[in-house]
Formats: sequence, C-alpha cells, structure tokens
Amino acid sequence: MIEVKDLHKTFGAVKAVDGVSFAARDGQITGLLGPNGAGKTTTLRMLYTLMAPERGQVLVDGVDAAADPLAVRRRLGVLPDARGLYKRLTARENIDYFGRLQGLPEDELRARREALVAALEMADIADRRAEGFSQGQRVKTAIARALVHDPRNVILDEPTNGLDVMATRALRQFMLHLKAEGRCVLFSSHIMQEVGALCDRIVVIARGRVVADDTPDALRAQTGQANLEDAFVRLIGSEEGLAA
Amino acid sequence: MNAATQPLRRARGFLTVFLKEVRENLRDRRTLTSAFLTGPLLTPLLFVMLVNISINQQLDKADKPLAVPLIGAQYAPNLVDALKAGGIVPQPAVADPEEAVRRQDADLVLRIAPGYAKAWRKGEPVQVEVIYDSSQRGADTPVERVTKLLETYSRQQGAMRLVARGLSPAVAVPVQVAKRDQATAQSRAVLMFNMLPYLFVLTIFIGGMYLAIDLTAGERERQSLEPLFANPVPRWKIFLGKLAAICAFSAASLVICLLAFGVIGGFVPTEKLGMEIDLGPGFALRVLLLQLPMIVLLAALQSMVAAFAKSYREAQTYLSFLMMLPLLPSIMLMMLPFKPQGWMYAVPLLGQHLGILDLVRGNGLSPQSLAMCLGGTALAALLAAGATVQLYRSERLAISA
Repeated sequence: MIEVKDLHKTFGAVKAVDGVSFAARDGQITGLLGPNGAGKTTTLRMLYTLMAPERGQVLVDGVDAAADPLAVRRRLGVLPDARGLYKRLTARENIDYFGRLQGLPEDELRARREALVAALEMADIADRRAEGFSQGQRVKTAIARALVHDPRNVILDEPTNGLDVMATRALRQFMLHLKAEGRCVLFSSHIMQEVGALCDRIVVIARGRVVADDTPDALRAQTGQANLEDAFVRLIGSEEGLAA
Repeated sequence: MNAATQPLRRARGFLTVFLKEVRENLRDRRTLTSAFLTGPLLTPLLFVMLVNISINQQLDKADKPLAVPLIGAQYAPNLVDALKAGGIVPQPAVADPEEAVRRQDADLVLRIAPGYAKAWRKGEPVQVEVIYDSSQRGADTPVERVTKLLETYSRQQGAMRLVARGLSPAVAVPVQVAKRDQATAQSRAVLMFNMLPYLFVLTIFIGGMYLAIDLTAGERERQSLEPLFANPVPRWKIFLGKLAAICAFSAASLVICLLAFGVIGGFVPTEKLGMEIDLGPGFALRVLLLQLPMIVLLAALQSMVAAFAKSYREAQTYLSFLMMLPLLPSIMLMMLPFKPQGWMYAVPLLGQHLGILDLVRGNGLSPQSLAMCLGGTALAALLAAGATVQLYRSERLAISA
C-alpha cells in the first residue's frame, strides 16, 4: 500500500510536482498516466526516497518515508527510469549484489534469485555478462534485481520503454502475475493501450497535478468518451506527449 | 513474502559494496593494466634509466679520452703535450670552429693564436680560445675539463717563471681556497632521488584513478547509481565501500611499485658515485606506512572530483589536472630551497616528501616527524572523505543526465 499526500517539488522556478495525492492499493495495478514532463518520474523518485519532497508525505505500508527511508526502501521494489546494469558482472551477479544490499541471507537469496530467473524466463542469459544484453534482457535483469527481496510494493517507471512487442507482452503478463500475488503495483506510462489493458486504477497527472484518479471505466464515463485515449485528451486538455 | 522478518535483516552494505567493486574491476583489463602493471612498474623503470644515464654520462666524460680539434697546434707544442697528458686527443684543425660547435660536430674547439710562440718568449700573456656553445647539452663537462687543464698549465708555467726570477710561487697565491664538502655519500644521493616521493604519489594516484572515475562518474553515466541508491543502505556506507575499493587498488599499486624499486634499485650503480642507497624491505615498509593516510586522502579527493563531473570524460579531464597537485612540493623545494621546519611534516604531500627524503638520506625518520606526517594527512583525508559524503547526499548526484 502506497499513499501519497500533497507532494510538492520545485526545480528552480519550475514546479515539477505541485500537490500530488493518490493511493495505490495491494492486489491492484495502479497506473500513473501523463504526458512527458508531467512530473511522473519526479513523483516516483520521491516515493523511493531518492529525492525529498518540499512538502507533503509519502507512506509505504504506513511507514513515513521522511522518518525512516531505509525501512521504506526495504518495502519497495524499484525499477527506476535509469536501469543501468553492471556490465562486467553476469545477470546472476547483478541480482545477488542487490540481494545482499537488501540484507538477504545467502540461502534465501539463492532461492529468490532462482525463482525470479525462472519466472522471467532468463535462464539462458543468467550466467552471461550483462555487456551486450539486448534491451529486453536488460529490463528482465533490472526487474529481477529490483524484486529479489520479495517486496510487497513494486514501482516501475515506464517499464516497457524501448521493448519490442514480445518483450512488452511478457512484461505485462509478469505485472499481472505480481498483482495476483497480492502485491501493490504502481507503474508510470504515457502509453494509453498499456494503461487501459492493465490498470485497476488510473491516476492522470498533468503539469505536476493530479487531474483524475479513478477506474478506467469511471474515467470513460466521467469524460463522456467511449475511448480511453479521447478521455485522456479531455482530461489533460491538450494532445501533447501522447503515444498510442 | 516475509514482511515479518524484514526488520531483522541487516545489510552488510559496506562489505558488499567493497567486494563487488573489487571483483568487478578485477575484470576490467584497462584498470588492471594501469593499476598493477604500467602505473607501478613504469616509474621505477624510468627512474633507474634516468639515473643510470646521468651517472654514466658524468663518469664517461670524466674518464674517457676527449677528442678536441686544435687550431694552431704547431705554435704551442708544450701546451699540446700537457693537454695530451690530461687525456685530450688533439684532432686536426676545422675550417669553421664556430659552426662546428653550433652543429655539435665537436663539443668544443681550441684555438691557439699564431702569435703564441713570440709572445710566450717575451713573457707576455698569450691567449688560448675555447670555442663552445653552452646551450648544447653535454658540452659543460668537457669544457670544464679543458679549462681546468689550461689553468693548471698556466699556473705551473707561472710558478716556474717566478722561481726562475728567484721568487717563491706562493707570492702569487695570496689566498688559497680549500673546499671541504660535508655531504655524505647518502646526502649526495638525495639530490638525485628528489623525484622519488613524487613518483610514489603518482603511483598511488594512477592506481586508484580509473576506479574513482568508474565508481562515481562512470556509475552515474551508466545509469546504475539511481537503482543502487534505491537499496536500504545509507549513502555514506555505499561511499565508504567504494572508497575502500579505490584504496585497495592504489595501495596494491604502491606495494608493487615498492617491490619493483627493491629489485630494480640493485641495478642503480650508486656505488660508482660513492653513494649508498637502501631501497630494501625496511625502506619499503616505512614508505608504505608514511603513505597510508595519503592513499585515503587521494582516493577521497579523486572521488570528490569524479562526483562533481557530469560524465566519465569530464572526470578524466579534471583528474589529470589534479594529478599535477602532488608535483607542487617537489617543484617548491627545487625553486625555493628552504630549511625543512618541524610543522612542514604535518602538511599533506610536503610531509611525505620530506619524510621520504629523510629515509633516503639515511637519517631515519624521527617518531615525532612520523606522527605529524601521519596525523596531518589523516586529518586531511577525514575532511576530504566527509566533504565527499556530503556530496553523495545531494539529490543531484544520483540523477543521470
């Protein structure tokens, strides 16, 4: 369960995030939808305590991120916008590194790592060095290392960016799998199709503010548009930064 | 999911980061070559080569017969005999002595005036010209040697003339200069070994440089810093793990360098110059002890500079400037020779410089100087590490472009 209350963040004169509030519940997929530059990544960065908000509060499973950032990071699995791997380490070694930083005992780490290698179907690349991985292989490895500590909450920043059709389909299946396990899944996207197909709840962000927060059906009803894309355009008030 | 056990987990953040960085960089050929091969071995080799060349040059010029073109040799057969006795091998006259010297066909040319014999018989002063070009390297020693021979010949002849006139030769020498050099064999070696402290610092610097860049600027450029910071390990622990990895590499680099000096030092023909120099295990251990806080200080400074840089390339540029910094004490001591004061040992770089020279000089290092050197540099290292931790805390650091 991730709760965000009235977050504010400015960079110089730019109000990147200007009073964002929403909640992402367990056993649901919550989509953070918005055009490029709407403040999605900055909001997520404040969630996983990379940045501190100027105002507002982040609660993860009831733990205040400002008061105990380490406890919050233990409860989160994060696939950030930046997802660089260590190229001179194998996929397994990359996963192990993060597992140890999470403080997993070695036996638990081994079990979790192998379960993820199987679930993400990456056994063929697990002992190869990350140098020369395809975009899809990189994302798989990055997701595995983000989830190695079995977090209840999962944050994915534009996870399908740069993936081909097959990899995107596999990733969506995996997200549904995470939801079925009862986890709280929060992901950002500017791709309508993806959000419409996956989300139980959509939070639409534009210019640093939440302009809508509801189920896909409710959003369609609210805007009077049958098509989610049209609903989205209506909500943000322009067609900037859209991708089908 | 095992949320209940989560608070019990304790991340061994420091050790995990340290081991991973060491392992990863042991797989990088460029880092390995520069930290364990070229960095630590190049300097001792270069040093021994330079010292050998300079020693042999001096010895060669002093002992070897010296070929000197003579113009007008026929006017002064006695003088020529005296020169021959001094190891000069007269060569036939050259047409244009000035040009020959400038073109380095000869280090110097001797010209005896045609009026030499006539003037000599009258007891008048005669002129012998030594034509040379002081801007040419290697001319100094032969010119000095020939000039000395000529002066000696002149003094001898002058003394004989005085005796022939019934006077004591001592009359013409009211002041006698007696040089008494207080330099011991080892203190003479110091001049030559002045660059040694810089070479050690340079080795430490090169040994850790690639790591320092890779672990901060490189990690950010490869976009792996942001996911790393999403782990439940405080940033200062991550930084300390990285710092330790840099220190491990630069310390290993210095150890290899010292071993190489120990082996190669035996090939420096110091005994030819009457010098004694000991680069053995005792020396190596003391240098290592002296440099320990310097290893940490340099690693912290390198990380700081690399953290400021926006990219790998930018960090490389900044660090090559920083590499000049350790040259300062060596240059300063060369340009303005001052007497080492006690407090100077507490100044990082300067302290190590003076301390290593003390060791080379064979005086040994007093416990007080050693303590000041270690303490002063350790304090600086602490400050630099603290400042870099602050830099690591900034939000800007984690964000890749």
